[in-house]
Amino acid sequence: MKNYDIVIVGGGPAGLAAANAAYDAGARSILILERDKELGGILNQCIHNGFGLHTFKEELTGPEYAHRFAEKVYKKQIEYKLSTMVMNISPEKVVTAMNREDGLFDIQAKAIVLAMGCRERSRGALNIPGYRPAGIYSAGTAQRLVNIEGFMPGREVVILGSGDIGLIMARRMTLEGAKVKVVAELMPYSGGLKRNIVQCLNDFDIPLKLSHTVVDIEGKERVTGVTIAEVDSHNKPISGTEEHYDCDTLLLSCGLIPENELSRDMGVELNRVTNGPTVNESLETSIPGVFAAGNVLHVHDLVDFVSEEAAAAGRSAAAYVAGGPADGARNDIPVAVEGGPRYTVPCTIDPAKVGDELVVRFRVGGVMKNRFVNVYLDGDRVIHRKRPVMAPGEMEEVKLKRAMFEAHPDLSSICIKVEEA
Amino acid sequence: MEVKNLTCIGCPMGCPLEVTMENGEVLSVTGNTCPRGAAYARKEVTNPTRIVTSTVRVVGSTTGAVAVSCKTASDIPKGKIFACVKDIAGVSVEAPVHIGDVVKADVAGTGVDMIATKEVM
Ligand SMILES: Cc1cc2nc3c(=O)[nH]c(=O)nc-3n(C[C@H](O)[C@H](O)[C@H](O)COP(=O)(O)OP(=O)(O)OC[C@H]3O[C@@H](n4cnc5c(N)ncnc54)[C@H](O)[C@@H]3O)c2cc1C
Ligand code: SF4
Repeated sequence: MKNYDIVIVGGGPAGLAAANAAYDAGARSILILERDKELGGILNQCIHNGFGLHTFKEELTGPEYAHRFAEKVYKKQIEYKLSTMVMNISPEKVVTAMNREDGLFDIQAKAIVLAMGCRERSRGALNIPGYRPAGIYSAGTAQRLVNIEGFMPGREVVILGSGDIGLIMARRMTLEGAKVKVVAELMPYSGGLKRNIVQCLNDFDIPLKLSHTVVDIEGKERVTGVTIAEVDSHNKPISGTEEHYDCDTLLLSCGLIPENELSRDMGVELNRVTNGPTVNESLETSIPGVFAAGNVLHVHDLVDFVSEEAAAAGRSAAAYVAGGPADGARNDIPVAVEGGPRYTVPCTIDPAKVGDELVVRFRVGGVMKNRFVNVYLDGDRVIHRKRPVMAPGEMEEVKLKRAMFEAHPDLSSICIKVEEA
Repeated sequence: MEVKNLTCIGCPMGCPLEVTMENGEVLSVTGNTCPRGAAYARKEVTNPTRIVTSTVRVVGSTTGAVAVSCKTASDIPKGKIFACVKDIAGVSVEAPVHIGDVVKADVAGTGVDMIATKEVM
């Protein structure tokens, strides 16, 4: 069996940033395993621009952003295997993977970084009984077909769900000559970025119908039309509001969930809200030496923060390998939330393990205006930041400094509260 | 006088903007919470521009790639978006392609080049 200090599962932006940071922190025996035939993850199919504004102060397309990080991996000669699917990870950190050249093989790792990204919510999101004709695609699948395979899945399109991928695909298919008739969104607000609503829908006069859902799909072999209707406050269709659209394609853009089958099978504890692993300040899961970052941990909207988070996980993995197994004397303090945040990453903090600065990220459950984000250490307010508006679609963050923890030596509680101004 | 309603895309606030114009001149912008909103509104009503991204065919790729992604090297007028996509519809380039390679010069007469955004071997 081959041995590596650090095995990284997934070669998307999270995996690449983790590998680079682990290398910079001194690790040399690093292996990235990627099931696709190229590095870069989901970014390869995101050909639109809008990536990297925070990191590079310019707007890159997805492939350009991925390339900047992949290039560093090539320069450092970090090892990677493409077209290689990780099948299983044991709690003892034996990684079982498979590819054409090597067949099924095992690798013993000292530390592992989980960077498998997320997948789209499946058709189950579509609550309609009956037959499923051809012509129904997830928005991400359609994106891959059009942008990578060069194949247009249809000519007359209805989109259910106003997540960013659906919005981006509305524009992309319109530019490729398709007619996008309507975007229907179950919620009374869109989950997509304002910028995408303006530049992907309004620019092309594509209507967005909020509080609407698909109630019927026609067609036996292939979709020939769909019916949408308005929903009431309990998401029940209101009869009499039905509208029919002829179309050959229905795209579903109903959100993303972290891809954690491998993590679950190896016994990593998962968070019910994020569907990602619960992690401490070092982005370490419930299994020591196993770290997680990027969309596998919690779904991100901005890749810059994926790279930042994954770099922290890579450094933690390098430190774990260099320091050997921890002495076990951890002092995990849970991060409590009040007044809005639905979860935090990390979920627990050991003050002794905090570096100069620790970023805590979270999302709120609904749209909130004129609030303060306050952080309390044992009831002392250490952060007080005004937020004119917060929305579920935008990730929030607070930066805790080591000095704040040093000023509270016998800390027993950490709380992030969203409070009215 | 003419009134145009826009949504600011500057940040998640998404302020509803109202622009009052006369003879193509902006008289006032209201509804913005910060100066960025006003600047956005002025540009959007007088000279709206966009970066256009798309793909073109690629031949001879050793990895089996059939398309390479591309973008306009800078903003082009919003009204030229369709002309731009049409102009590259028949374009095909030969691998290897490098990021920044011109796939179509002076796309749709905008004076802006369409450049590759991906390395294809
Ligand atoms: C359609 C779309 C549009 C977006 N638009 C923007 C935008 O405009 N601006 C922005 O900043 N961000 C955007 N994002 C967000 C950003 O792209 C993602 O947050 C980021 O790509 C996540 O990186 P990741 O490495 O965690 O996941 P991914 O990019 O998904 O990478 C995960 C990798 O792991 C591999 N993998 C999974 N399981 C296995 C396994 N068992 N074995 C081997 N390999 C495996 C996958 O093949 C994949 O390559 C967008 C995301 C999507 C999906
Ligand atoms: S006007 Fe300012 S605050 Fe309002 S959306 Fe635009 S950038 Fe944001």
